[in-house]
Amino acid sequence: QNVGCRTLSLSAHVGFDSLPDQLLRKSIKHGFCFNILCIGETGIGKSALMSSLFNTNFQDSPSTHFLSSVRLRAQTRELQESNVLLKLTVVKTVGFGDQVNKADTYQPIVDYIDAQFEAYLEEELKVIRSLFSYHDTRIHVCLYFISPTGRSLKTIDLLTMRSLDSKVNIIPVIGKADSISKAELQEFKKKIMSELVSNGIRIYQFPTDDETVSEINTITNGYLPFAVVGSMEKVKIGNQMVRARQYPWGIVKVENESHCDTIKLRRMLCTNMEDLKEKTRAYYESYRRCRLEKLGCRDIGPENKPVSLQEVIEAKRLEFCLEMERKEEEIKQRFFQRVNEKSAMLEEAELQASMPVLTKYERLLLMHQEEELKLEEKKKFLEAEIAELIEKKAFTVSIQSQVSVSTPVVSLK
Amino acid sequence: PHAGPVESKNEAAMSELVPEPRQKPVVPMKPMGINASLLGYIGIDTIIEQMRKKTMKTGFDFNIMVVGQSGLGKSTLVNTLFKSQVSRKSSGWNREEKIPKTVEIKAIGHVIEEGGVKMKLTVIDTPGFGDQINNENCWEPIEKYINEQYEKFLKEEVNIARKKRIPDTRVHCCLYFISPTGHSLRPLDLEFMKHLSKVVNIIPVIAKADTMTLEEKTEFKQRVRKELEVNGIEFYPQKEFDEDLEDKTENDKIRQESMPFAVVGSDKEYQVNGKRVLGRKTPWGIIEVENLNHCEFALLRDFVIRTHLQDLKEVTHNIHYETYRAKRLNGNGGLPPMTVETEENHESNL
Repeated sequence: QNVGCRTLSLSAHVGFDSLPDQLLRKSIKHGFCFNILCIGETGIGKSALMSSLFNTNFQDSPSTHFLSSVRLRAQTRELQESNVLLKLTVVKTVGFGDQVNKADTYQPIVDYIDAQFEAYLEEELKVIRSLFSYHDTRIHVCLYFISPTGRSLKTIDLLTMRSLDSKVNIIPVIGKADSISKAELQEFKKKIMSELVSNGIRIYQFPTDDETVSEINTITNGYLPFAVVGSMEKVKIGNQMVRARQYPWGIVKVENESHCDTIKLRRMLCTNMEDLKEKTRAYYESYRRCRLEKLGCRDIGPENKPVSLQEVIEAKRLEFCLEMERKEEEIKQRFFQRVNEKSAMLEEAELQASMPVLTKYERLLLMHQEEELKLEEKKKFLEAEIAELIEKKAFTVSIQSQVSVSTPVVSLK
Repeated sequence: PHAGPVESKNEAAMSELVPEPRQKPVVPMKPMGINASLLGYIGIDTIIEQMRKKTMKTGFDFNIMVVGQSGLGKSTLVNTLFKSQVSRKSSGWNREEKIPKTVEIKAIGHVIEEGGVKMKLTVIDTPGFGDQINNENCWEPIEKYINEQYEKFLKEEVNIARKKRIPDTRVHCCLYFISPTGHSLRPLDLEFMKHLSKVVNIIPVIAKADTMTLEEKTEFKQRVRKELEVNGIEFYPQKEFDEDLEDKTENDKIRQESMPFAVVGSDKEYQVNGKRVLGRKTPWGIIEVENLNHCEFALLRDFVIRTHLQDLKEVTHNIHYETYRAKRLNGNGGLPPMTVETEENHESNL
């Protein structure tokens, strides 16, 4: 990046050494966020550990062992320390390892992690986006709780971790570690780590490249997996209330490093938050790459010329638009066709329905006309008759008057 | 815990002339949320140190553009700002040389370090601006350059296999030099700022302010501010991007009283009252560049470098770049398809 750039020396104080402060001031104003995923069997102490780590209540309502599939439950808390505001989200598995058939136990978890990547990718690909104010829900670290059997890892542990190690930072922890004796613990830890290595499962390694932290991080890497104990209850010891578990034979103090590794885990999580987030971004990038390649996008086109994703999106968008247009046209055609069919049908029906009425009417009309004609005829006939009779009458009258004149009156004497 | 900037020896000498900007207090502790009941120390606040370490390791980029007619002292001012020869002064055009027909864009990068902070500073000069007879559309090459940098970044961002850190060549700040005529802004000034204030952060400065008296200066500044407002030109810091009340009050003061900064630049040192100061020597006295009674250079320097540098970058990234991107992805939005300048076109050091 600095190739070809000469280094200049400054003749006096300029003042841009305040740049990190300016950046930090803005980050503090904006606030930080961190997302933890806890995977472990029901009752292994996920809530207790989270509450102990962050001195905040993460308790859930007790869950049953009879869920048919694994579910994930998220809780968000806002924590503040001096001027740092942290939005902490803890996602816990519910019903992990409870099913009789554990074949698909880890799938919901993988899907959840992918869903967070997908949500971020969606936001990033939007035309008008607000990445600055986007609440990042991508999982930054996954705490995998191993059962304190003292023997070895279970198959489900190996399967789950293998399905997740390319998507999230995994830190294995041994839950309820106060049930294992110190001697057994060392053996157990060694066995777990060798099993992880032999199965090719990548877990998160605390970074050792920075001299200031490399020593402590190397030592801490040797403590993996952390044997943790958590507690919701506080016990009065001396004049303080401390988180602890009280047994008849003694008190296990959560924050005592010789009792358990809880404090180590807390310290490591806090001092490596930025690195965990950095590695999460790298996992996101590979998710994004896979996803976009699946969509058919490539960086190098068919003629080995770099094809920008933007052009591909453009091409796909055009394709999509054309497809939509075609579909629209198709639907329109079908619609018109149906309309035509329907209207033809209706016309037909109308014709059918109206035909008898018309014929009836026509028939009546015809009948009426016929009757009228007949009556006309009769009228004419009668009129003719009347005329005839009048003629006859006239003739008869005239004859009678002639007869009375011509015939003398003969008397019979 | 609040860490202040590292003080070097020169700082002590300067601080007598220039009051240090009031150290911004870190955000005061907000009242505890209902859910937080931190009885013991967790260690969350170590994230600040982690971030600081990370940023110191990766270093910063800053790209500043200077625009103005030749002879206004642009190169001198930039060199004074960054206390080194980051910009080569042009010697003007002699008879044989032809004045370039269009505005040239010359970007020169240097790496400078201070207090453990490494910065890659790129100064983008625009010789030829406003120097022709007909200066119509002389801002177009500048707008084109700015958009090309956005395009470059967008192309990188949109790649399938992306770089971990995309090189940032986008122009974070554009210093526009106003001629100290004492009257008002020139039409060219208004045209340029109208077009460019929508794509880049513009900071107007009044150049060669030693030609004005204090009264003339105040009046001129008022008139310029009025003209900018009347023409709807939003210079940096833009009102609409004030994040909160704190920002608003601080920026209001700068917008309404201090800007545009009336500056004088110089790379020569003189003895004044037994101290060596940067200044300009005239028959009637020595103008001390970093003396607030003489000119506002120190205000400009503090504003751009010591308090708002990061903000300039963030506004460029979160607002100007996003606007460009949205236009581009919405079907070109009227922009012609880009041909991006390759690295060879940029001048590098000899």
